[in-house]
Amino acid sequence: MTTAGNVTSGCPSGLAPAEQANAGDISAFVRRSAEGNMLQLTVRGAKCAGCLSKIEKNVQALPGVTQARLNLSNGRFDVRWRGELSANDVAGTVSALGYGVAPFAPDAADSAAKSEERKLLIAMAVAAFAAANVMLLSVSIWSGHGEMGETTRRVMHAISGAIALPAALFSGRIFFQSAWSVLRRGHANMDVPISLAVLLALGVSVAETIRGGEHAYFDAAVMLLFFLLIGRFLDARLRRRTHAAAHDLAALQARTVTRLEGDEARSVRADEIVAGDVVLIAPGERLTVDIDVLEGVSEADESLVSGESLPRAIAPGTRLFAGSVNLTQPLRGRAISAASDSLLADIARMLEAGEQRRSKYRRIADKAVSLYIPLVHTTAALTLIGWLLAGAGVREAIMIAVSTLIITCPCALALAAPVVQVVASGRLFRKGVFLRSGDALERIAECDHVVFDKTGTLTLGEPELVRSSHDQDIVQRAARLARASRHPLSRALVAAAGAGSVAAHVKEHPGLGLEAEIEGVRCRLGSAEWVGEETSSATTSLQLWYVEGDASPYRFLFEDALRPGAGDVVETLRRRGISVEILSGDRPDAVATIASALSVTDWRAGASPADKVERLEKLRAAGRKVLMIGDGLNDAASLSLAHASLAPGGAMDVSQSASDGVYTGAGLGAILTMIDASSLARRRMVQNFSLAAVYNFIAVPIAVAGFATPLVAAVAMSGSSIIVTLNALRPGWKRS
Amino acid sequence: MEMLVFLIPVALMLGLVGLVGFIWAVREGQFDDPDGAAARILIDEDRPAD
Repeated sequence: MTTAGNVTSGCPSGLAPAEQANAGDISAFVRRSAEGNMLQLTVRGAKCAGCLSKIEKNVQALPGVTQARLNLSNGRFDVRWRGELSANDVAGTVSALGYGVAPFAPDAADSAAKSEERKLLIAMAVAAFAAANVMLLSVSIWSGHGEMGETTRRVMHAISGAIALPAALFSGRIFFQSAWSVLRRGHANMDVPISLAVLLALGVSVAETIRGGEHAYFDAAVMLLFFLLIGRFLDARLRRRTHAAAHDLAALQARTVTRLEGDEARSVRADEIVAGDVVLIAPGERLTVDIDVLEGVSEADESLVSGESLPRAIAPGTRLFAGSVNLTQPLRGRAISAASDSLLADIARMLEAGEQRRSKYRRIADKAVSLYIPLVHTTAALTLIGWLLAGAGVREAIMIAVSTLIITCPCALALAAPVVQVVASGRLFRKGVFLRSGDALERIAECDHVVFDKTGTLTLGEPELVRSSHDQDIVQRAARLARASRHPLSRALVAAAGAGSVAAHVKEHPGLGLEAEIEGVRCRLGSAEWVGEETSSATTSLQLWYVEGDASPYRFLFEDALRPGAGDVVETLRRRGISVEILSGDRPDAVATIASALSVTDWRAGASPADKVERLEKLRAAGRKVLMIGDGLNDAASLSLAHASLAPGGAMDVSQSASDGVYTGAGLGAILTMIDASSLARRRMVQNFSLAAVYNFIAVPIAVAGFATPLVAAVAMSGSSIIVTLNALRPGWKRS
Repeated sequence: MEMLVFLIPVALMLGLVGLVGFIWAVREGQFDDPDGAAARILIDEDRPAD
C-alpha cells in the first residue's frame, strides 16, 4: 500500500489521473420539483467499478440523497435528494474524491438524437428478425427446387410475405420518408433508389405469390433494409457520442454568473442574464456575458477574444466581452444586450453565412448517386423494352427489369461512404478527436493550405519565464510577491520558482504591480514605471520588473511558449506540399517571434475578426482550400468560413461549434492524425465506390440477360456489402 | 411435410419472443450504460441482502 492520499484520490485502478477541478457555484443547475431536487453532473476520470462504487456510496451517504447513479459509459451522474442539501456539497464530495466534475445542462439536440438512435435500433431489430425468418423459408424453397410441390411453395411464399411486408414497411419508413421529402423538392438522394428497389421487390413478390410463380424477392427486400439499417444505426450512435463529448468540453466553460440583486449576490446560469443585470466578476473568473464595467479597476486577459497575449487595463466604462478573464480585482458590470451591435451577435451572423455555404458542399456519395440513379434506372427501363421487343411476355419482362433494379444493389453503394466514416471517426474519437459533421473527413482531405491562429492554438496561451542566466535566488525572492497574485505573469514566475513562502500584506495595484514590505525593505514587482525604471526602449514583449528598496531593478522576460510538437506539425505539413500561414490578432513582434521559430514566412498580425474573414475570402477566391485552426472568439467567424476547420479542446464554445472537429490534448499531433485519417478515409471511400461499380459491371449483364434468380440476388447483395465493409475495416489506419 | 405446420409457427414464435424481448430492453434503457453494467457486477455488497 502506498500513502492514503494516493489510494483515496481518483481512480483506484489507476486508469485515470486524479483531477482537482473546482466547478464553482453550481446551485443554479438544480431542477426542483415536488419529488425533490435533481442535479445532473458530468464526472471525468471515472473508469472502473471502484470509481463507480466510491462515487455512488459517498454521495448516497450525504443527508437526504434518494438516488445517486453514475453512468460509466458517458460520465453522467444523476443525483436526486430531498431537503436542504446544497448542490455544491454534492459536487464537492465528488471532486474531493479526485474526480473532475462539472454541471451538465442537457440540451434538446441530445435527447432528439437519443430517440432517433432508439428508433433506428428498433427498426434494425425488426428487419433482422424478418430477414432471418424469411431467409429460413427462402433457403427451403431454393434447396427444394424441383422437389417441392407447388402448394407448399405457395404457402411458404405467403408466410414470407406475411412477415416481410409489415416488417419492410415498418423498418423502411426511415428511407421512404427521407426519399419522399427530397423527391418533393425535386432532388434525389441515396434513399430514392433504396426505396424504389424495396417497394418494387415487395410489389413483384406479392404479385408472384398470388399467381403462384416460382420467384419471390421478399428476402432481398428485408435483407437490404437490415444491412442499410446497421450502417445508419452505427452512424447515428457515433454522431451522438461525438456530439456529447464535444458538448462536455464546452460544458467545462459553461459557468454560472453572480448577479447582484440589490445587496444580494445570487448565482445564476449565464443564459438567465438579461440586458441591464448587474453582475459581479471575481478575480480569475471568465466572463460569460458581455458587460460594461461599472466599478472596479483591474486587468483582463482577452487572449480568447482578440488573440492579444498581454493583459489589458480595465477601468469603469470599459466594455468587456464574453471569454475575457478578469485577473486582479473584483469588477461590477452591467450586462449589455446581445443586440445587433454586440460582438457576439456579429459573430453569430457570420457563422450563419458560413454554415449556409458549407451545406452546399457536394460529398463523394452525392456525386456517386447522381451518376448511379440515371444509369441504373435507364438500364432497367431499356431491359424492359428490350425483352418486350424480343417477344417476352409483359410479366416476364417486368420480372427481369425489377430483378435488374434489385441486383444493381444500392446496398453496397449506400454503405460505401458511411461505413468508412463510422470507422474513421470511431478511431479518431478514441484518440480524443471529435468530428462534428460526417463530411468533415472529405473536406479536411481536400485542404491544401493551413491557417493557424497563434495564441492558444500554436502556443499554450500562457506565458513562460525565459530562463537565461537568471539567478534562481532572485526568482525565488520575486516569487514571494508573485504568489499573492492571479496575474498570468505572476503565475508564470511562481511556476518557475516552485513552492516557497509568500510575503505578508501584498498589495496589488491594477495595471501597475505588487508591493509588499519584506523584513523592512519595500519590494515591488510589476511594470517598468512601477519600479521607477525609465525605460527608453518601448519594448512591448512580456516582462516584469522587480526591485528591492533602492537597488537597481531586475527584469524578467516571458514568452508565450509553443505547444509541444508545433514545429513537427508545420514541418510535416510543408513536406507534404501544404502551405502554412499564421493569422493572429496579437502584436506583430509576438507573432514574428513564433513565425520565425517555426520558419513560417507567411504571417499576419493585428488582424481583427473582420480582417480574418477578409483574408479567408481572399484565399477562397484564389481557389485555395483552407483548413483553419483556431480557438478564440475572434476566430469563430473565419472557422465557419474555411473549407474545413478544427478547434482545440480549450477553445471557446462558439469556436468549437463553428468548427468541424475538436481535438483534445496539449500537443498539436492530433492535427496530423486527423489529416492522415481524412486522406485515408477519402481513399477508402473512392475504393469502395469503385468496388461497387465493378460489382455492378458484373451483376448487370447477368440480370439483364434474365439469369438473376432470388438466390443470385441474395448472394450478390450480401457479398458486395461484406466486401465494402471489410475494405473499410482493413488495417492501415495508424494506431498511435 | 406435415411437420412444417408445427415447425414454422414454432420457429416464428421463438424469433418473435426474441424480438419483443429486445425491443423491451431497448425501451427500458438496458443499453444506455454498457460499461456501467459490466462494472457493477464487481461491486461487493458489504452485507448480504435479506
